[in-house]
Amino acid sequence: MPSWWWLLIEVLVKVVLVLVPLLTVAALLTWDERKQSALMQDRLGPNRANIGPFTLWGLIHPIADTLKLFFKEDIVPDRADKLLHALAPILALAPSLIVYCVIPFGPAVQIPGIGRPIALQVADLDAGLLFIFAISSLAVFGVALAGWASNNKFSLLGALRASAQMFSYEIVLGLAAVGVIVVFGSVRMSELVARQATPLWGGLPSWGILVQPLGFVLFMVAALAELKRSPFDVPEGESEIVAGFWTEYSGMRWGMFYVAEFVEVSVLSGLLVALFFGGYHIPGVDPGWALTGHTVAIPFTSHGLAIAGWGWGLLMMLAFGLKVIVGDVVLQQIRWTFPRFRYDQVMSLGWKMLLPLALLNVLVTGAIVIR
Amino acid sequence: MLLNMGPHHPATHGVLNFVVETDGEVLSRAVPEVGYLHRGIEKIAEKVGYTGFMPYTDRIDYCAAMFPNQGWAMAVERLLGLQVPRRAEYLRVIATELCRIASHFIAVGSMAMDIGAYTPFLFLIRERETFNDLMEYLCGARLTFNYVWIGGVSRDFHPGLDKKICAWLDKLEPIIDEFDRLISFNPIYIDRLVNVAVLSRQDVIGHGLVGPNLRASGVDFDLRRDVPYSVYPELKFKVPVGRGPFGVEGDCYARYYARIEEMRESIQLLRQAIAGLPEGEHRARVPRKIKPPPGECYARIESARGEMSYYLISDGTELPYRVHVRTGSFSAMSIIEHASPGLMIADLVALIASLDVVAPEVDR
Amino acid sequence: MLVPYAGVALMIAVAIALAAVFLLGSIYLGPRAPNPVKSEPWECGTVSVGSVRRRFSVRFYLIALLFVVFDVEIVFLFPWAVLARELGWAGFSAMAVFVAVLGLGLAYVWKRGALEWE
Repeated sequence: MPSWWWLLIEVLVKVVLVLVPLLTVAALLTWDERKQSALMQDRLGPNRANIGPFTLWGLIHPIADTLKLFFKEDIVPDRADKLLHALAPILALAPSLIVYCVIPFGPAVQIPGIGRPIALQVADLDAGLLFIFAISSLAVFGVALAGWASNNKFSLLGALRASAQMFSYEIVLGLAAVGVIVVFGSVRMSELVARQATPLWGGLPSWGILVQPLGFVLFMVAALAELKRSPFDVPEGESEIVAGFWTEYSGMRWGMFYVAEFVEVSVLSGLLVALFFGGYHIPGVDPGWALTGHTVAIPFTSHGLAIAGWGWGLLMMLAFGLKVIVGDVVLQQIRWTFPRFRYDQVMSLGWKMLLPLALLNVLVTGAIVIR
Repeated sequence: MLLNMGPHHPATHGVLNFVVETDGEVLSRAVPEVGYLHRGIEKIAEKVGYTGFMPYTDRIDYCAAMFPNQGWAMAVERLLGLQVPRRAEYLRVIATELCRIASHFIAVGSMAMDIGAYTPFLFLIRERETFNDLMEYLCGARLTFNYVWIGGVSRDFHPGLDKKICAWLDKLEPIIDEFDRLISFNPIYIDRLVNVAVLSRQDVIGHGLVGPNLRASGVDFDLRRDVPYSVYPELKFKVPVGRGPFGVEGDCYARYYARIEEMRESIQLLRQAIAGLPEGEHRARVPRKIKPPPGECYARIESARGEMSYYLISDGTELPYRVHVRTGSFSAMSIIEHASPGLMIADLVALIASLDVVAPEVDR
Repeated sequence: MLVPYAGVALMIAVAIALAAVFLLGSIYLGPRAPNPVKSEPWECGTVSVGSVRRRFSVRFYLIALLFVVFDVEIVFLFPWAVLARELGWAGFSAMAVFVAVLGLGLAYVWKRGALEWE
């Protein structure tokens, strides 16, 4: 078989390795959103869907919900633009999935039987971070088209709010990332992650959050606004404009927006982990071990535990997954804690507070790095 | 753009309709439309008689059903010239003040919900559950009580209920403080409410606003103190007036915080009333057939939403000739059109929530 | 050079295919019973008055316009950010001037009230 054939198989395996956990986590997040909010609000949360005698703490609900959404009537309003109405959910869901292809979920790893090291990343683009910005900004089209095509006043208001908000915070998002790029000197995602392994002082790894604390806060806030999640959920602010751009959607078309929202939560969490929390790094573990294998001493004994390269790779993949899930849970916690901003407050926070701060952050970071 | 907010809108909590004129965010006008929940309760009174009307009054304000009960009982007693036993008056005060707290739970909780924080709402709903249990002990019902009867109350205290109420009150005070920390002092929440929809004294008096809405704008008027009824003159309580810890007089935050303060005052009132509960009958001797002499009377009480008054004309038969109920929510609706120009859509939601409009009370 | 883009292309293909499967599944699996009332645009249970596609606040365009201006200028920051160390103080001072101009533009927009929402 020619070598490009192998390459295709390798990429395909990695795509599956990204998408399957991503969608699974998105489904689990719909459960977690309900269960975690129930925990915060002294309720029980979902616990009714069952297979025979098993309810599994409500874990069957995501499956039941998916099936239900597929078998619900797919209502398209008469005066809606049929084509755009169908296109919008695709444009909302697809970009959020695509973004994950440049986020490294593990180090380069040596797998027995394959001669060369395998990078645990679907596509190691030289302009990775820029690619993320480019693709994630496509999501605004899905939202804007959904609101426009529905021919509903609430949808239109939601779409207007969403587009203005996402535009405004994209600038802050980009500027906050500039700080990180200055520190690590690359826009290639694999290098951005790899350079966070170099020790700072006192044995601390130079994770993004330690070298760019302000950048982290800016990035986090801007990304929350990009996600349109509480406290920035004005585009779908229930008590104001009912459901915003979702108003005229039903069945799985609505479900796609819903899934996209939770996929985006994981994407944001993955981005935060990759840029600010050392990606797949485990403190004290050298990413190079995934290539060579390494023997760790077991404390209080003279024995050592030999773990092969693929073992370390797996371990670091798990570390990445765990970090992402912790990030997801934190983001959910934020969602259920804060009240909602008013629309003009969202705007003035972005333009009058975060944007000047982000510009300042770029300059200060530059000055410190060059010194 | 002409936008209908309501009748099936998440922010209207019931069926209200606001026809909103907007350019996208800022309102040029919001016109409230009433009548979606009109059940002709006043007309029903002319058909079912004095005693029979009591359960219907529950439905005037289902968030705090004790107040319309008491207002109706007072109007009829006044017409009959009936003296209510002191124990019954105390029991009425206890029942209505409990209701005031529970009603303010809904008011401030649903306000937090309208601003986008769902957790505080459920936080207070949990406490309201305990209140419902207490009410079940008191009168057997959880929502529409029919507890206050003409001439007294339907039944005496369940043994040990006073201890149960006191235990709940002890728990409640820290919970209100905790609620303050949870949401009232949240910076986003403060930003959303402070300086929003400021109503001046002229505005609120001119539109006939009552209760906490009136007092939040700096008008020091409380029926319990200024036009005393029942046994309120024997009890000590403060009337919170003016601005809250943030913002200015008459803004949404002042109206919101007035209710929080009122809950605290009601707790004090309840403690005094339970401590001072006299022995005696819980109901006066009332003729089986209530036939007031011809005449008219006006009874006003301070409900959770402000002044609620009954105007009653009797023609000497067993059926009232005419009954009119005046409620706080109705006049509160009237100010929305005046206050709305220049607000944003989100502010309108805050304004409606801060006025504590309860749909059945508007339309009756 | 172009090899990594194979992954991107595959990912795009798979993502769009997945979204399309969701959409088509919903269209073919769900029942279909349209009626005139159901097909009306939803407006809180009342009949919608007037058209949806008409003028709305100019503020939204202003924000979009500002976005284009600022976003394009931020693109210029990326090349410098990658090479900040190599370019040293010379690069930094050039960029500081650029950022200062950007900040000045922001201050102007702010002063003119384009960021207010009244």
